[in-house]
This record gives sequence, structure tokens and C-alpha cells, in this order.
Amino acid sequence: MLKYTIKRFLLMIMTIWIIATLTFVLMNAIPGSPFNEERTSNEAVQANLEAHFNLDQSPLVQYAGYLKSIATFDYGPSIKKPNDSVNDLLSRGFPISAELGIISVTVALLSGVVLGVIAALRHNGIIDYLAMTIAVLGISIPNFVLATLLIQQLSVNAGVLPVATWSSPMHMILPTIALATGPMAIIARLTRSSMLEVLTQDYIKMARAKGLSPMTIIVKHALKNALMPVVTIMGTILAGVLTGTFVIEKIFAIPGMGQYFVESINQRDYPVIMGTTVFYSAFLVVILFIVDITYGFLDPRVKIHKEEGN
Amino acid sequence: MDQYTVEKEKQQDPRQESIPSEWFEKVDRDQSNGESVIRPSLSYWQDAWIRLRKNKIAMGGLIFLILLGIMATIGPYLTPYSVGGITLANQNQPPSWDHWFGTDDLGRDVFTRTWYGARISLFVGIMAALIDFSIGVIYGGISGYKGGRTDNVMMRFVEVLYGLPYLLVVILLLVVLGPSLFTIILALTITGWVGMARIVRGQVLQLKNLEFVHASKSFGAKTSRIIKKNLLPNTMGPIIVQMTLTVPTAIFAEAFLSFLGLGIQSPFASWGTMANDALTTILSGHWWRLFFPAFFISATMFAFNVLGDGLQDALDPKLRR
Repeated sequence: MLKYTIKRFLLMIMTIWIIATLTFVLMNAIPGSPFNEERTSNEAVQANLEAHFNLDQSPLVQYAGYLKSIATFDYGPSIKKPNDSVNDLLSRGFPISAELGIISVTVALLSGVVLGVIAALRHNGIIDYLAMTIAVLGISIPNFVLATLLIQQLSVNAGVLPVATWSSPMHMILPTIALATGPMAIIARLTRSSMLEVLTQDYIKMARAKGLSPMTIIVKHALKNALMPVVTIMGTILAGVLTGTFVIEKIFAIPGMGQYFVESINQRDYPVIMGTTVFYSAFLVVILFIVDITYGFLDPRVKIHKEEGN
Repeated sequence: MDQYTVEKEKQQDPRQESIPSEWFEKVDRDQSNGESVIRPSLSYWQDAWIRLRKNKIAMGGLIFLILLGIMATIGPYLTPYSVGGITLANQNQPPSWDHWFGTDDLGRDVFTRTWYGARISLFVGIMAALIDFSIGVIYGGISGYKGGRTDNVMMRFVEVLYGLPYLLVVILLLVVLGPSLFTIILALTITGWVGMARIVRGQVLQLKNLEFVHASKSFGAKTSRIIKKNLLPNTMGPIIVQMTLTVPTAIFAEAFLSFLGLGIQSPFASWGTMANDALTTILSGHWWRLFFPAFFISATMFAFNVLGDGLQDALDPKLRR
């Protein structure tokens, strides 16, 4: 297990390094310089940038400085906002995005698992078909389409919920639904299929034969094992939710990191784009690492499979 | 011989005593036909097709996609309008006989633009699937077939790529390379082939040690022949399913990027750009501008997803009845 953890840890560091290097190469590959006077707004910004990115030095020195700044979480100044650094934007926007993300993932996980379990228990019944139709629809409707649809129907036409921003629990309902539906659908399908598989196992029959109550069997014996595949895809789900926050925050005018990111893309504010990408990628890679390690602890079978060389 | 066994069993099994021997009827069994197969012999693909046809939802998806393909080809020619043709006098017209799906804020015909968008979406989706297929099959095939150290090194590389957050890399590439159809497809496939490579590698690893491959080898078949004739045809099922599921992912990614302003640029249309342009209509009530692109993105992804699910069931030999 320790060997596996170390291997995964090294892989994680390597992935972050590749992302950082890719970002650096792409930044240097832009014709001319992304930091010339046309793009920056004033002298002070230009001076800030040159100081931060060592633009007068050789590429190798620049690269070393860049890696150092990433390791110390210092992403440099913004081109378009002279008073802000990328770190300022991150510290202002990320908590809000994180809140939206965590609420959505929690909602998606809970409702997805419940939906999947119910569908599996009523296999091939009406509820099963209904749940799976909802799930396929949830996967098929892009989150930005769902978000606009929800605003149009519930906010503008019916006037039940507020249109935008992130100021009260009422404001949080629509963005959460829009963001959580897709992941919920994926989790529901996965839970259903793995639950169906687990329910045919001998130890479930054994538990039934012992006369345990159906609730105990489902929760303690079946669900615990059926959730293993769901843990595996949590990394992918989180990545989806994270990129989903970009459009959801844009649509609902939520002042999170996603909105700054989209803004920076439209304004070609390179340091913000690069800084955010590296930060988010590193964040995701670390989450993926944690998920993998947790999985190893939860499922004793993983040890054997992983050591076979996968 | 038959007579003898029946007699013998009768004596041994006391339950037989209660059944009078008149109840038994002698069945004529023609010994010469014993070995013949009555069920018609079906190839793998014929069988899969028969099972897919029984799946009504998947067939619905397939028919929708065929119709979409036809409309994407001929749709833009059915109207007298062009994709970028701006007529400021006709701003935001609701659907009518002149403009079947209405017009947008620049007076462009939404019907024409919707089918043009279908072309872009289908093109992006299918190209991404084909490129992923080519790279993934070659990479995964070599990795799985060679095994050992080669496999180890090749799979480390894949693992690193697999850990990269897909859409973030795509966004980064598009920001630097500039948005165009070519760069979108490039950005989507640069990490997209990894999933296919993993599937092919896993399949090849399983298959290469089976007896029929050993038999082929002992007959002196070359590696290229074994890969082409023995391994690939047997991995086609999972590969096709993976391709069908790549297409909606790519279509979603294109729409997502266009929605962020990184996709297809005006005057050309894609469903994502149309939906993005129509965002302001939430308040103004020009519902048709949002409805048609949104409906077709969702319906297309739905169709590909159900078709993929159907194919997964149809191509799985374990589910054959």
C-alpha cells in the first residue's frame, strides 16, 4: 500500500509538472509576447509583468522562476486589472466557487445514489425506467442549456426563484440544480448497474437467508460494496463540476473564480488564464490522488490489482 | 439399447412405478440429424444487428441521427437565406412561413443556422471519434501486444495524460492557438485518444493469450496478420461503443467552448454559439432563438447516448440469447 501511495504521489507531481511546463511552453509560443504594450493597459502593469516573469532573462531562467512561483503559489499580476494579482482574484473568487462546487457535488452524490438504488431495487419496473430516463436526459442536456431553461421557466415566467447572483440560500437553488443534474445522472446510472451486480452475489443471498431486514441488507451489505465504482469516478465528476462552474457562474452572474476565468479568456488576460489553469489543474490532480488513495484503503482488493501492473 | 436403459431405470427408481408404461410415447429420433444445427448460423454482426433492432429506444436514436445527418446535408439549401446573411429589417422574427424557426437579433434565419450548426457538431463529433480511434487503436494495440517494459512505459505516459483535466487543457490550447474548427478538433483529440487506448490495450492484453491466437502463431502468421485478423476484429465491439460515446462528449465540449466564446466564430454558426448569443433572450422572450439550438444539442447527445447504450448491450456476446 505504501509503495502504491508513493508511486501515485510521484505520478501526481509529474502530472502537475507537465501541466506547468505545457502552460509555460504555450505562453512562450504565442506570437510576439502576450505581454507587449498592445495588450497591457499601462506602464505600471508592464513593469510588474517584466519584473515577475523575468522577461529580460533567458527562457531557461524564466522557466526556473516560473516553476518556483508555481511551487510557492504566486501566480503574478493581472494584465487587465492593474491593482489585482492572480492570487487576489483566486482568494476572492475561489471560496464562492468552492461553495457552489461542494453543494452541487453533495446534492449530486446523495440524489444520484438514492435514485440509483431505488432503480436497482425495482429492476425493470416503472420506477426503474423512469429513473433511467431521467438519468439519460440528465446526461444529454448540457448544464448551460439546463441553466437557461431553469431561469426562463422558474425565474422569469413563474417568478418563484431569483434570477441571478449568490447572496442567499434561495439564490443558490437554481445554480445548484443546473450544476448537479449531469453528475447526478452519471452517479445514478453507475450506482444502479453496480447495485444490480452486487445484489446477485451469494453473500446477499446469505444475508437474506439469515433473516436480516431488507434495509440492513441494502444499506450495510449491498450499498457499501456497490458504491466502490462511484468512488472511482469521483475525480472525473469533480473535474466536470469544476469546469461546469465556469458557465454556471457566467449565466447566474455569480462572482466566483469561474467568472473571472471566463472574463480573462474573453479579454485574453494571459497571466490570469495561465494561473487559473495551473491552479485548477493542480487542485484536480491532488483530488484525484486523494480519491485513488482513499479507494485503496476502502477496497482491500485494489492492492492486488494495482500490483499486477496497471 | 434405448429399451434397455428405460427398463433399468424403472427398476432402480421407485417413483417410476406409479407411472403406467402406456403413458410413455415413443419419439422418433433420427440419428443422422443429431449433429445438425437448427438455429440459423449468424455472424457476430448479424446477431448484434438483430438484437439492436429489438431495442426500440436505441433504434429511435439511430433514426434521429440519420435524419439529422440528412438535414445537416440538405437543410441549409432548403431556405433562400445564407448562414451569415444579415437582414436588419427582420430582427427577432418569431417562427413563420418565411422563417420556419424565426430569426435572431441580426435578422439571420435560425432554421438555416440550426442545420449549419448540426454540420459543425456532427463534424466535430465524428472527426474526434475517428482520430481518437486511429491513435487509440495503434497506441493501445502496440502497448497491449508488446507487453512488458514497452507496455509499462507507454501506460505511464497514458496515465499522466489521463490525469490532465480535459477541458482545462482544451481551453488553454484554444486561447493560445486561436479558435477555429481545426484547433477545436486538435484540442479535443490531444488528450481524448487516451480513453480509447486504454480500452484497446485491455482487450488486446486479454485476447493475445487465448488459444486461437497461439494457433495462428504456430501456423506462422506474422504479427501484423495476428493484429489485423485475430485481435482487432474481436475488440471491435468495445471500440465501437467507445466511439459512439466519444461523439456526444465532443459535441458537448464544442458547444461548451462556443458558449464560452472559444468555439466557432461569427458569422458561422454552431449550436453552442447560437445558445450563447441567445442568452440575452431569456428576458426579452424570443424563446425560439434559444429553444432550437438547445433542443438539438440535447436531442443529439441523447440519441448518441441511447445508441451507445444499445450497442453496448447488442455487442456484448455474454448477453446473447
